[in-house]
Amino acid sequence: MSAPLLSLQNLVLSFPAESGRTAVVDKVSLEIARGETLALVGESGCGKSLTALAIMRLLPKPGRIEPPSRIEFDGRNLIELPVPEMRAIRGGAIGMIFQEPMTSLNPVTAVGRQVLEAVLLHQPLPRSAAHERVIELLQMVGIPDPRQRFYAYPHQLSGGLKQRVMIAMAMAMRPRLLIADEPTTALDATIRAQILELLRQLSATTGTAVLLITHDFGVVNEIADRVAVMYAGMIVEEGSRRELLGQPRHPYAQGLIKSVPRPAARGGKLEEIKGVVPRPGRWPPGCRFAPRCPYAFDRCETELPQRTAVSPTQGVWCHLVEYEVHA
Amino acid sequence: MSSLSNAVVVCLLIGAAWLLRHLWHDRYWRESGLQLWRRRPLALITLAVFLGIGLMDSIGWVGGGGGEDDEVAALRSRTLIDRLFQPERFTEASYSAPLAAVSFYGGQPLKYPGSHLLGTDILGRDVVYRALKGIRVALLIGGFTSLIVIPIALLFGVSAGYFGKRIDDAVFFVMTVLASVPSLLLLIALVMVMGRGTVQVCIALGITGWVHFCRIARGETLKLREAEFVDAARALGVSDRRIIWRHILPNIAHLIIITFALSFTGLVLAETILSYLGIGVDGSWGQMIDQARNELSRTPIVWWNLTGASVGLFALVLAVNMIADALRDIIDPRTRREGQ
Repeated sequence: MSAPLLSLQNLVLSFPAESGRTAVVDKVSLEIARGETLALVGESGCGKSLTALAIMRLLPKPGRIEPPSRIEFDGRNLIELPVPEMRAIRGGAIGMIFQEPMTSLNPVTAVGRQVLEAVLLHQPLPRSAAHERVIELLQMVGIPDPRQRFYAYPHQLSGGLKQRVMIAMAMAMRPRLLIADEPTTALDATIRAQILELLRQLSATTGTAVLLITHDFGVVNEIADRVAVMYAGMIVEEGSRRELLGQPRHPYAQGLIKSVPRPAARGGKLEEIKGVVPRPGRWPPGCRFAPRCPYAFDRCETELPQRTAVSPTQGVWCHLVEYEVHA
Repeated sequence: MSSLSNAVVVCLLIGAAWLLRHLWHDRYWRESGLQLWRRRPLALITLAVFLGIGLMDSIGWVGGGGGEDDEVAALRSRTLIDRLFQPERFTEASYSAPLAAVSFYGGQPLKYPGSHLLGTDILGRDVVYRALKGIRVALLIGGFTSLIVIPIALLFGVSAGYFGKRIDDAVFFVMTVLASVPSLLLLIALVMVMGRGTVQVCIALGITGWVHFCRIARGETLKLREAEFVDAARALGVSDRRIIWRHILPNIAHLIIITFALSFTGLVLAETILSYLGIGVDGSWGQMIDQARNELSRTPIVWWNLTGASVGLFALVLAVNMIADALRDIIDPRTRREGQ
């Protein structure tokens, strides 16, 4: 097996708090293979978006990547890269799309010109060739009538079309990794399916790996190869899609999957996970999920669980699972 | 002095022709121009006439045609407008009403009966001629000062808002210091130091005037810096300079246009105040209004001096405001009508 495309090793992100700095992402390790789609799942506030921004080195200002974190992309540690080289990676080797297509496009520039900017940014092309490339990109992301839409302004496009334009910009340089931060959260359910299908198709045809950040297991089911579940700044379970959706082992992952509305369960009560994600700095000393966990016992409250391999690909950070496996 | 002015006019004309040719070849700007014409034809014509007169009043040369009887006047450069009106000859003894045949006081017959469209002032000078001479001064003060103010304010405001920290502190310090001095006092002091004259007054007005727009530009940049499309641009690997150029500036273009219109008119009016204080620019509308002030108390009233200057001021201010308003609507894609 070849080296992974992207590997996060003990990523720690911190923000200043009343006393010193507080970690908001704590020792996250992840790997994404070439062409693979990894879904990073978790509730809001668990640090998944910050992890994505950290990969791009775009962490908002007081935030800091703490040593000895490593973000290895294609064998290079992005944390140590000088700024100009990092800029070449952004949009070049790694593309990113955001949650809000409504506000992620410059309102006073025609969308074609914005894609054109993305195309010309990392590769000098003659004007007409670049123009053709933009049309080609717009076509690739399924925008009808791309020659006309080139001159459209963002307010003239629907949310779905805007998100397609964003994807076209992110895919302009045929990146090896596409980071999609909740790409479908702001869209209608029907459009959501289309956009996910587009991402899946692009990943399959161009060989681009996708890091998909979401809180929705419905999305995971549609496109992910592998899944990592995050809770309060840590990974609590990782595994293939089939494993995680079929036999989730961590109580948190189980709770998340149960809380997805299903047509079969109509009329019944939708299950929920009681309580809220603890704020960074107020994390319990043991397992972070212990206060909300229905199966918590004394050891959970004092000791941070270690990774337990359930299968060659599935790993769980839970004391209960550790007992079950070793028993 | 006249050769410099002539050279500037030639440069301006060449620059304008070059710019228009370029804009005409760009589909977007051609459509914008046509839309502007469709929305505000009268204001455009007014402004064009004013600009034309201002330019005519800037082209001059020494000698030829009229005024040779006065030796000093013969050595002075005279502009196209001067040559058209022959101000040395085209005067009366004192006040005369518009199109009157006799003078206002005493009723003596005039040298040019029935030909002063707006009468004459206390020194017998033709009011239409003086009002037309005021156009050039107003355009210079409004236009030239805005050209100083807007780039400075943009440079400082946008960089303070975008980069923050030390740069923001420094810019804000300068702004606060300037704002804490009463601007009129500062204006007077600057004019006193630099001496009277059109350029000096422009520079003085520029130094006191940029703070306001700088503050607006800074605030707007602070807001835009956090916008998601700026984040998206960063994620695409766009450099700071390019983000400012392509994403921040186009999004504050409407402010630039509005500020230009407001400052243009505000500056023309500010010069009036300076003239009232006796440190304005010679031949400005402000000076005319200042002189006309005393005439309003006469019975029967002498109204034509004030009217001449005010109509010019009003027409210019209104035209510039209307054009700027329409231009703002046109460059904003959300209010632009797709013209076919």
